[in-house]
Amino acid sequence: MEEFIRKSMEQRVVITGMGIYSCLGTSLDEVKDSLQQGKSGIIFDNERKLFGFRSALTGAVPHPNLKNELNRRQRMSIGEETEYAYLATMEALKNAAIDDTYLDTHEIGILYGNDSVSKAIIDAVDIVREKKDTSLIGSGAIFKSMNSTVTMNLSTIFRLKGINMTISAACASGSHSLGLGFNLIKSGMQDMIICGGAQEINKYAMASFDGLGVFGNDALPATEVSRPFDKDRSGLVPSGGAATLIIESYESALRRGAPILAEILGYGFSSNGGHISTPNVEGPALAMERAIKQAGIKPSDIAYINAHATSTPVGDANEAQAILQVFGETQPFVSSTKSMTGHECWMAGASEIIYSNLMMLHGFIAPNINFENPDEHSAKLNIVKQTVFKEFDLYLSNSFGFGGTNSALVIKKIND
Amino acid sequence: MISEKINEILVDEFEVDVDLIQPNLNLKDTLNLDSLDYVDLVVIIESNFGVKLVEADFTNIQTFQDFYDLIKRKTSEN
Repeated sequence: MEEFIRKSMEQRVVITGMGIYSCLGTSLDEVKDSLQQGKSGIIFDNERKLFGFRSALTGAVPHPNLKNELNRRQRMSIGEETEYAYLATMEALKNAAIDDTYLDTHEIGILYGNDSVSKAIIDAVDIVREKKDTSLIGSGAIFKSMNSTVTMNLSTIFRLKGINMTISAACASGSHSLGLGFNLIKSGMQDMIICGGAQEINKYAMASFDGLGVFGNDALPATEVSRPFDKDRSGLVPSGGAATLIIESYESALRRGAPILAEILGYGFSSNGGHISTPNVEGPALAMERAIKQAGIKPSDIAYINAHATSTPVGDANEAQAILQVFGETQPFVSSTKSMTGHECWMAGASEIIYSNLMMLHGFIAPNINFENPDEHSAKLNIVKQTVFKEFDLYLSNSFGFGGTNSALVIKKIND
Repeated sequence: MISEKINEILVDEFEVDVDLIQPNLNLKDTLNLDSLDYVDLVVIIESNFGVKLVEADFTNIQTFQDFYDLIKRKTSEN
């Protein structure tokens, strides 16, 4: 009885707005076209080579000019990742039909994934090294130099009054932001939360990652290096931008007549409790199983998996084994959109929900480009090589990060 | 003229109309300065004039003229 009462009080959680600023495009329409065409956003950045990178490949986005959109104080306090997040959030709010009046009269929260502010810190410290005086750093630096820079700035700019914090969980940050937001709304603690993920794209942010030797071979054509699940993959390609999703209770969406794009059915998390950078099979499998269980569905109901697969030898092989373990004989379509975007790191778990929603809303499954020859494990998956035009209404998205943090989300098309 | 140079950098930094700046007007109110803005004022004066302002320098600054006089004095001391 108690369980029944608790369940009956739980809110359904829906996605009512999306906004994207990525190397596949800076609007939902552009990104949808890129996904459908299997277009890569990866370039060779000679500045990285000169700086000392082993691999100079990266995703690239245009540098925003926000002079006419934000005032001086707002602009001074935001770094690159927050500029991207601001633009993605503006698009998402518009997409969700939320205007200034709504922002001012309702309690809206923000949970956003971000896990670095490298450039802002280096720029500030460089001034002190040169001037030997911290008073010459300027007032904006501190607000750009904290991991919570995205949420502290966006909550100020959009006058938010609900939950307000950054989720730092390596490359699963964006996905966990949605999962945690889902639980807050499901339990009735918040009606609406701005979720997402942001990722700075600059040489400082990725230098130490490149130092591990896990980035792809930049002697090959830039758009062909990110090749998740392919047996000749040589490593990942870093990327970035920002992705924002407006999530809210089904009741709230109905009340305000909002466009409902999809419903979040399940969030599964786990921690590997093992190596700091090498993933395993059990942790990701457990996250997927939990998401599926919470969604109240069977693995065979899932039509598509947006894989975490980053194009690293061990990571992709272990995820393939985890998918095989969970889905068994009925393998859904699988693709890693990182084949086109590169690894959007802190942003990836949120952007990949947007990519997958765009596919679900427009009736196609984007390809895992550059997948030519499988390895032992990926040969058993149903990997999409060319765009598949197909209506589907249920998918799962994986995100895993350093430290063994895992997140899986199950999302459904709204048909009612 | 040092006052013209100061006006120029204040307009650039605080994004105000140059016509708003008059020697006898109040610096803080005209530029709508808050505590964070004073941090930036120190930075732009140092980068343009090579002199370092400290909190105590602002104690008696009311008008733009007071501020011009302060910078003149500081630069001549330098």
